[in-house]
Amino acid sequence: MSNALKTFTNGLLKENPTFVLVLGMCPTLATTTSAINGMSMGLATLFVLVCSNIVISLLKNLIPDKVRIPAFIVVIATFVTLVQLAMQAYLPAIYDVLGLFIPLIVVNCIVLGRAEAFAAKNSVGLSALDGIGMGLGFTCALTILGAIRELLGTGACFGFQLFPDNYGALVFVLAPGAFIALAYLMVIINKLQKK
Amino acid sequence: MEKLQSSFKNMVLSLVVICMVAAGALAGVYILTLEVINAQKTAKQQAAILAVLPEGAEIGEAETVNGLTVYRATLNGEPAGAAVETIENGFGGPQKIMVGFDNEGKIINYEILEHQETPGLGDKIDQWFKNADKPSQNIIGRQATGMFVVSKDGGDVDAITAATISSRAFLKAINNAYAAFKGGEVEAHTGASQLQPAEPSDTSDNNEKEEVL
Repeated sequence: MSNALKTFTNGLLKENPTFVLVLGMCPTLATTTSAINGMSMGLATLFVLVCSNIVISLLKNLIPDKVRIPAFIVVIATFVTLVQLAMQAYLPAIYDVLGLFIPLIVVNCIVLGRAEAFAAKNSVGLSALDGIGMGLGFTCALTILGAIRELLGTGACFGFQLFPDNYGALVFVLAPGAFIALAYLMVIINKLQKK
Repeated sequence: MEKLQSSFKNMVLSLVVICMVAAGALAGVYILTLEVINAQKTAKQQAAILAVLPEGAEIGEAETVNGLTVYRATLNGEPAGAAVETIENGFGGPQKIMVGFDNEGKIINYEILEHQETPGLGDKIDQWFKNADKPSQNIIGRQATGMFVVSKDGGDVDAITAATISSRAFLKAINNAYAAFKGGEVEAHTGASQLQPAEPSDTSDNNEKEEVL
């Protein structure tokens, strides 16, 4: 039980994909222009992570070592395409915003990294937990980053206007603001973890 | 269960099986979602057409003029203008706009279908030109002549603050749409480049931040 709990919380805090492992920076920086965008990207990645972890853990003995990377990528790419089609059909508004970045989940280091480092060596249950933990860690990080950028850039949070648009610092909605906000968040997380 | 050895046969077999299962799953979901996705696309386009036409208008046949799609509309059997789907390269990529004209060529409304303008600057095109409180930037209800030009280039429509290029492209798209609406008789006005700027009238809120971004 403690082992399961440890696996689950690992991704949330100790090995948070964004703030500690610093993996998957492309979607992190590009899609967090608002809290809701960051969260949608995080949830899409969470789904892919959990599914690919489960399937790869199930298949781990059927995949010869020398071809494991192509096999993993095929599994991951399949789930990503499924997410893309489902989003396009049922969540067109979010798909319009994230469209370009959904296919890029395939090359997100977190997904392949967890498949290689965890799912290929552990049981199905633990792999699923690891996927959920890592995915939630990623989702939380993206949501926080998105919320901060949205608030500072446009004065809104999850679409609710907190102060007038005109007082926002536009730079936070643009790419440089993503780096600035991420850097400060990492400083805070590092500080907290040292204690 | 023992892990499979990396023999040639095992490697080929496992990859072939994985790829076949993946292809099967994708094909299944593709077929399942195809109809919904197409319905979404059509619904979005229909909604945009209806939004730029007079209330209660019916969409007639689509025709292609100057490479743009024109949807003639009828209201109670009478012609009631048209919606034109127009496209022009903006600052970040193509701007796809649906614009509605009444019979005389007055602009009823417009909707942005797709754009890649800078967030916070150029992406204001979706509201900027339909602000009824600011006649100098509003184009809704104005008679289109195919000659809309931003005030900076000597025209009479105020460009979006710090997004002149996006604004120029938007107005050019509207001008092209009007030409298509007129059945291609009016030569599509190619925008600001042909007009001599009247006076370099740089006001503080019209500087070209976007160009140096």
